[in-house]
Amino acid sequence: MQAETLWLIVLGCGAATFVWRFLGVVVVKRIDANGAIFQWITCVSYAMVAGLIFRMVIMPESELAGVSLVIRITAVAIAFAAYFLFRRRLVAGVLAGGVSLSTMVLWFG
Amino acid sequence: MRKAMLDALSLPAFILLFTMMGFGSLARGAGFGADMAAIATLFIWGLPGQLAMVELTSTGQGIVAIVFACSLANARFLPMVVSFVPAMSRGRSNLLGRSLDAQLLSINSWAMCLREFPNIDTRFRHRYYVTFASCILMAAVIGTLFGYHGAVLLPAAVVLGLIFVSPLFFALVLSAVPGCAQRLSMVLGCATIPVANFLFPSVDLLITGLVGGSLGFAAGKLWKTVDAG
Repeated sequence: MQAETLWLIVLGCGAATFVWRFLGVVVVKRIDANGAIFQWITCVSYAMVAGLIFRMVIMPESELAGVSLVIRITAVAIAFAAYFLFRRRLVAGVLAGGVSLSTMVLWFG
Repeated sequence: MRKAMLDALSLPAFILLFTMMGFGSLARGAGFGADMAAIATLFIWGLPGQLAMVELTSTGQGIVAIVFACSLANARFLPMVVSFVPAMSRGRSNLLGRSLDAQLLSINSWAMCLREFPNIDTRFRHRYYVTFASCILMAAVIGTLFGYHGAVLLPAAVVLGLIFVSPLFFALVLSAVPGCAQRLSMVLGCATIPVANFLFPSVDLLITGLVGGSLGFAAGKLWKTVDAG
């Protein structure tokens, strides 16, 4: 594709994403932060983000798809165990999960 | 402000550096220039949309289809901004300032700030957010350029571990989210996504959010009523 077209795509995608952010800013001005609508939208955003993470781990489209599901789930379990073991330190959980996934891929993968 | 920089640099910045390296190398494969890839990270600032853009461009879709798909993949920013702004308590009040704040938002800063805000005085929350978000945005742009130029060649197993770190981080951060309705929404979101992805792959996240979030919200209300009664 030509450079102009690619630039148009990049800027168009930026603008198209910004539309949602801007709508969020407009909507938040009009609703009560303690009201039911706000609570509902909060729930929707949590469900979306959780779904996105679930998709990344369980049904990945990235190179992770080549790693068996058992390995991925085991690594998540190890990460959570380390996280709670080290008094909710994020670094501990993330390190344990990433390293255990790499190790399992080397051994079994 | 120092806390924000430390929090950002301790882990999220590195995660984004590596995640965006993946995006950078994909963008190169799809024919984008290095400057385009960096601008895409800066302006779109939402990985699912960026990936949609790169994938559809490499399969030669039309520009309207690409922009539309990217927009759909990033539609989560609407509810994310709505749930985030009040949590800042004393943010900027004018439209331009708020729009700039909204542009800086990403899942990383959203999840991390909602987690840290209860420990931060309301006066400093906005500053914390802007510092944190700017730090990780810079790391993301640097990561994009690194990945584009293939700066680091790592063994495949290590690369997989690094890719894995990103969803893992979000999962850990969100495990601390308070509130029964929010927790239920997340569980229901996980339950909905496989079905939604199978039936409507292009709008699966939107459907997941609406179905999981609405059910979670309703269940939370019900729970409260039962509890009170």
